[in-house]
Amino acid sequence: MPAKIVQSSRKRLKKVKVDTVTIDIIESALRNARFEMDTVLFRTAMSPGIREQHDEFPMIANVDGKMVVGQFGSFIHGFMQGYGGTVEEGDVFLTNDPYSVDGAISHANDWLMLMPIYRAGRLIAWTAMFGHMTDVGGKVAGSLPTDARTIYEEGITVPPVKIFKRGVLNEDVLKIMLHNCRLPHWNLSDFNAIAAALRTAGARCIEISERFGDDVFHSAMTEMLARNRRAMRELIQRTVPESKQYFEDYICDDGMGMGPYKIACSMWREGEKCIFDFKGTDPQSLSSINFLLNEEMFKMFAGVYMIMVFDPQILFNDGFYDLMEVRIPEGTLLKPIKPAALSCRTHALGRIFDILGGLLGQGNPQFMCAAGFSDSPHLMYSGYDRNGDWYQLYQITFGGIPGKPFGDGPDGHSLWPSFTNVPNEFLESYFPLRIEAYETIPDSGGPGKNRGGNGLRIGYRFLEPGEISIHDDRWLTYPWGVNGGLPGARSRKTLLRKDGSQTPLPSKVDHVKVEAGDLLIADTWGGGGCGDPLERDPAKVKFDVDAGLVTRDGARRYGVVINNQGAIDEVATKLLRTKMAEERGPVTLFDRGFRSIDELKARCLSETGLAPPTQPEFGRSKRKTASADAA
Amino acid sequence: MSYRLGVDVGGTFTDLFLVNERSGEVFTAKVPSTPADQSIGVLHGIARVCEKAGVRPEAIDHVMHGTTVATNTVLTGTGARCGLVTTRGYRQVLQIARSFVPGGLGGWVIYNKSLPMAPLECTIEAHERVAANGEIVEALDERRLREELTRLLRLRIEALTVSLINSFANTAHERRIREIAGEILPGIPISLSSEVVPEMQEYERTVTTVANSYVRPRVARYIANLKSKIEETAQDVKLHILRSDGGLAGAVSAEEYPVNLLMSGPAGGVTGALWVAAQAGFPNLLTVDVGGTSTDVALIQNGAPRLRRETTVGDVTVRASSVDIRTVGAGGGSIAHVPELTKALRVGPQSAGADPGPAAYGKGGTEATVTDANVVLGYLPEMQRLGGDMQLDRGLASRAVRKVADALKLPLLDAALGIYNIVNENMVGALRLVSVEQGYDPRDYALIAFGGAGPLHANALARLLGSWPAIIPPGPGVLCALGDATTAVRDERSRTYVRQFSQTDAKEVRSILRDLSREASKSLERDGVAKREITTGYQVDLRYRGQGLRLTIDVSLEEIAQRGLDAISRKFDAEHKRLFTFALDLEHEIVTLRASVQGRGIRLKRAGIASGRSDPQAAVVGRQACYMDGKRLSTPVYERARLAAGNVVKGPAIVMEMDSTTVILPKHHGNVDRLGNILIYPDAHGSPKPAKSRASAARAAKRH
Repeated sequence: MPAKIVQSSRKRLKKVKVDTVTIDIIESALRNARFEMDTVLFRTAMSPGIREQHDEFPMIANVDGKMVVGQFGSFIHGFMQGYGGTVEEGDVFLTNDPYSVDGAISHANDWLMLMPIYRAGRLIAWTAMFGHMTDVGGKVAGSLPTDARTIYEEGITVPPVKIFKRGVLNEDVLKIMLHNCRLPHWNLSDFNAIAAALRTAGARCIEISERFGDDVFHSAMTEMLARNRRAMRELIQRTVPESKQYFEDYICDDGMGMGPYKIACSMWREGEKCIFDFKGTDPQSLSSINFLLNEEMFKMFAGVYMIMVFDPQILFNDGFYDLMEVRIPEGTLLKPIKPAALSCRTHALGRIFDILGGLLGQGNPQFMCAAGFSDSPHLMYSGYDRNGDWYQLYQITFGGIPGKPFGDGPDGHSLWPSFTNVPNEFLESYFPLRIEAYETIPDSGGPGKNRGGNGLRIGYRFLEPGEISIHDDRWLTYPWGVNGGLPGARSRKTLLRKDGSQTPLPSKVDHVKVEAGDLLIADTWGGGGCGDPLERDPAKVKFDVDAGLVTRDGARRYGVVINNQGAIDEVATKLLRTKMAEERGPVTLFDRGFRSIDELKARCLSETGLAPPTQPEFGRSKRKTASADAA
Repeated sequence: MSYRLGVDVGGTFTDLFLVNERSGEVFTAKVPSTPADQSIGVLHGIARVCEKAGVRPEAIDHVMHGTTVATNTVLTGTGARCGLVTTRGYRQVLQIARSFVPGGLGGWVIYNKSLPMAPLECTIEAHERVAANGEIVEALDERRLREELTRLLRLRIEALTVSLINSFANTAHERRIREIAGEILPGIPISLSSEVVPEMQEYERTVTTVANSYVRPRVARYIANLKSKIEETAQDVKLHILRSDGGLAGAVSAEEYPVNLLMSGPAGGVTGALWVAAQAGFPNLLTVDVGGTSTDVALIQNGAPRLRRETTVGDVTVRASSVDIRTVGAGGGSIAHVPELTKALRVGPQSAGADPGPAAYGKGGTEATVTDANVVLGYLPEMQRLGGDMQLDRGLASRAVRKVADALKLPLLDAALGIYNIVNENMVGALRLVSVEQGYDPRDYALIAFGGAGPLHANALARLLGSWPAIIPPGPGVLCALGDATTAVRDERSRTYVRQFSQTDAKEVRSILRDLSREASKSLERDGVAKREITTGYQVDLRYRGQGLRLTIDVSLEEIAQRGLDAISRKFDAEHKRLFTFALDLEHEIVTLRASVQGRGIRLKRAGIASGRSDPQAAVVGRQACYMDGKRLSTPVYERARLAAGNVVKGPAIVMEMDSTTVILPKHHGNVDRLGNILIYPDAHGSPKPAKSRASAARAAKRH
C-alpha cells in the first residue's frame, strides 16, 4: 500500500504559466539551496569521510518526488510506493537498507534521510541527503567486510522509519542504531548534520514559495524538469546511434580469490529513447562486491556523463528519465537478491563509469575519455593505542584521472565529485601513524596525446599494533587507453615489515595485523591515455620529465628521446616515432593491455606477486529467478 | 600639524582623502590614474589635495594605501619563479593539492588543473622529519640539502619557500634551511611556512607560503618605489598598506608577508562603506561592490566586518585572514547568452572585460552585457559620460540585446529587463552566502552599494532581500580612499594549539594568549604605533572533538580568568546552535589561539552638503525613457552634485554623477542626508512580502 500524504489544506497545486526569467531565478535559488546543504553538512559532520572527503549527496525534489537539483536520481516515488504509513509535516524518514529503497543507497554505511517540505498545510517539495558513516557495526571495523556472504554481517540496517515524527525525534530508534556502531558519537553528529542540512533546504524552498507563490514554485520546478528533458532528448538523438553498441569491463576479484567478474552492457536508441541492457553481466557474487544498482541512479550517471562530455551548461535533473530505459537482469552482480552482501560495492560502482565511457565513446570517438575508475581505494586501520583508547581510521584515496579529449588527466585526483583528501598532518595528529610518502608515481599515467594522470603512492608507517583493511581494484586489469592512448598502471599494495620482510597484499583484504614500525606502500592506479602518444608535443613530454612526473625512459613511450643534458634529441625523436608508428600500425579504439583473460592470468603472479584469481563460483539465490541467462 | 592620507588607485581614477588628525577636517581629490607607473598619479594627487587643503606635503605623516598589485600578480600569472623545499615524500604537495576536482559528478571530464605556483622542476626535498608533536624523528641532512639548493640556483629561481611537514609544531628545520639557503642563494627572498601561517594542514600552509613568495618581489618593488617617490615630496612619512582583513600593515611587514594583501583593494571599499554607513546611523550592513567583471559582497555586523580565515583570488585559495568578501562573476561586463539546448537565459560568468567591453562602448563588442541591458532599459542615459568622457551608444547596445531577445522570443525591453533581473539574482546568491548561510537575516541589514555599477542595482537588490535602506554614498572611488585613511594599524599572531579541554587549563591558555599579544604588539611598535595606543583582542578557534570545522570565538583574558575555559565553550555552543540549529554534549577542542592588536583609528569631521527643502526639482537635468518593472516610464534625471540635504527624490528616478549612476525604482524614494548619501526606501515602509511586513515596518520605524 502506498504512503498516505496528510495535508491540512485541500487546495491543489496548480500548473500556471511562468515566464522564463522567473524560472531561471527559481533555478538559481534552488541550486544555491542545494550547495547550502553541503556547507551545513561539511561544517558539522564528524566522519572524516563526510567532513573532509565529502562522501555525501544532497537533493531537492518536486512534489512528485522528481529530483530538480542534486546528484543522485530520485527514489522518492519508489519509496512512497513501498512505505505503508503516513507522511506528515515535520516528519523526517531515515533508512540505511539498500534493499528497502531499490538501491537508492547501495550499502548500509550510507544513511539516507528524507523530508517532505510543507507550506500552509500543503506538501510543496521534498529534500533528501545521504552520507557515508564511518562505521555501522558488523563484523569488521568500518563495516565493509570483504568476506561477508550476507548483508546481516555488514552492520545494523534500518528500514525506512520516521526518525522525526511531526518534528519530534524518535529517540529510541536512534539509540538502538547508535548502540550498534563502533563510533556512536560520530554517527550522532553526522545524523544531526544531515538533519540540519534538510531543514536548511526546507527553509529555502518555503522562502522561494512565499516569494513567488506555491503555484509558481511548483510550475517552475515542472518546467525545469521539462527543460532538461528537451535538452537531453536532443543530446540522445545526436549522440546515441540506433545500432547496438556493446562494452564490457571487469571487477578484478571478489576478495575470496575468485575473478574477474564481468559487467556487460549494450546500448542503442529506439526513436527518442535510449536503452541500456546489462544482459551478459555475471551472476551475483558470494562476497560483498555486489552492487545493487538502482535503474534511476544509472540514468542519472548516464545523463550526467553525457552532459559533461557534450554540453556542461545543461542543468541536471530527473526530467529526462522517461527517455531512458535500463534493463538489469535479476540475480546478477548489479541486481543481487537479498540477503546478498553489498558493502564492498564501491568497485562495481566505479566501474560503471568506465562502462559508460566505453559505450558512449564508440559512437563519438572524438569525445572519448580513457578509463580511470578503479573505484575509491579505502584503507582502514584500527586498534587500541598505548593509552587503551580505540582508534579507527577510514580513508578514501585517489588515483590518476583519465586522459580526455580536453586535456591531460590530473595526477592523484578524485573522480568523485567534491571529494578531497585528508591532510596528512591531520592524520598524524589524530591517529598513530606517520605518512612517509605522499606523491604520485612517475610513468603510472597512461601515455597518450593527452596523458592519463599518475596514480598516488602513500607510505603509511604504523606506530601502534593494529589491524588494517584494504579495498581496491584494477590490480589485475588495467585502466584502458583510447584512440591510441596506452593503459594506465595497475594498483599495488606492499607491506614492508619491521623485520625487513616484504609482502605483496591482495587488493581486497581485512584483518591484516600490523606491528608498530611496519610500512604499507599503497599505490593506486593511473588514468588511461587518450589519443596517440606519438602525437604529443615533445615539449610537453619534456615538461613532465623535468617535473619528475614522467621518467626519461618513460618519455620513450611517447617516442621522445631526452638526452643526457635533459634536452629533446630532435633527430632521435623523429626516428623513434617513425619506427614505433610502423611497428604499431594503425591505432585501435581501445587498448586494454591484455589479449584475453587467460593471457592476463598467466602473467599475473610474475607481474603482481599475487596468484591469479580462479574462475568465480556464483552464488545461488534462494529465490527462484536468478542469473543473467534467464533475462 | 599632522595629516593622514588615504590613497586608492583604481583603473581610471586615483582618489585621495586627506584628514587633519587633530581637527578631523577632511579634503578629497580625484586625478587620472597612471597605470604604467601608478606612483606618478599618486604624486600628482598628493599635490592636488595638499593644494586644496592649503598645506605642504611635509605635513602628511601617514599615508594609507589599498593596492591591487598582489591580486593582479596572481590573476595575471606574472609572479616570481619560485623554488620550494618540502619534506622528503612531499615534493608533489602542490601537484596533488587536496585531490579536489570541481564541477560535480563527471566534472573531471572537463577539468584542466592549472600549474602550481612553484613549478615541480624547482621543488626539492629535504631529508628530515618532524613528528606531529614536534619531536624530531630524523635530523636534517644538510649535505644533500646544499647540493639540491645549488641546483635551484642554476634554475634561476627568484624567491624560495620552505614548507616542511609538521613545521607548525617545530620550526627548527625550516629555520636552519633558511640559514643554509641564505648562503647558497644570496639575495633571494625566503618565506618560511612556520612564519607565514604556522597552522596545521600541509597543503594549505604550503600554497599560502608559496603565494607569499610568488607575489613578494613584485609587491616589494611596488612598495619601495611608491615609498621613495612619496618621501621625495613628504619627508618622514610612514607608508601603510591595507591588508585583506581590513587592518593596516607597515611597509616592512607588507613586503615580507604580501600574501596578506591579496584582498587589499576590496577591503578598502568595505572599510569605507563601514565608516560612511556608521556615520549615517547604520552599523549593520550588506556591502555590494559591483565592478566590470565581478561583484564583491560582505556583511558587517555591529560596525565590524566578518573575517574569514582564507582568501581566494582566481583559482588560488590561501590561508590568510580576509574580510569575508564573496565574489560572483556578475558585473557590468557579464555576457548574457541563451544556450541552444535549454533556451534558458544565462548571465555570466563570461565577461566582455575592458576590451572589447560592452557593445554600448563602441569598441567592437557585440555580445549583450549587463551594461548594455542597463543602457537599453534607460538606466544608463546616453547623456551620462562614464568616467567623464565615454559616450554610450544605445543603438549598439540594442543590437546586442536584440540577439538575446530573439533567442528567447521576447520583446527587446523584456529581454533587457530579464538580463537585469538575472544578474541581480546572481548577486543575491552571493549576498545570501554572507548573510542567510551564516545565520544572519538580510532584513535586519541596510545595503550599501558602490563601485561604478553598484548604484544601478542597489534598489533592486534591497527589494529582493528586504534590506532597507539601500545606501548610495557619494563618489565610489573616494569611498575606498576614505576607508584607507580611517583604518587603524592592525596585526595578529596565532598559534596552532590542538588540545582538548581536559588536556589544558585556563592558566596555560591565558599565558599563550598573552605571549601572542606581546609578539603582535612588538610588530606594531616597529611600525611606529605608540604602546599606549594599542588595543588587543583575543580569539580562540575551536570545535567539538572530532569535528573538522572551527568556529572563531572572541574572548577576553578577564573572562577566562573568572570563568575558566567554560567562558569559551559556552560561547561556542551558542554560536554552533545559531549556525547549525544544534549543539552537542561533547568535549571541546581548541585548535588555534590568536591575538589581534590594533592602533587607534581616527575621527573625522565631514563637512555636510548644503541643506534644502524636500523638493529636488533644482537638480533635474532632463528626462529619460525607462523600462521599470515591466512599464515604460518617463523618468526625471538628476545631477547628484546639485542635490541638497533633505531632498526626497521620488522614484522612478535616475541620479547621475561622474563615476556612477543611481536607479530609484517606482514606489521607492531616496532621502538625501546631510553627508550627501542617498537612502532609498520603499514608499510603503514595509517589505513587499506581506508575511513580514509588520516586523519590517517596526524595524524601519526604529531606524528613522
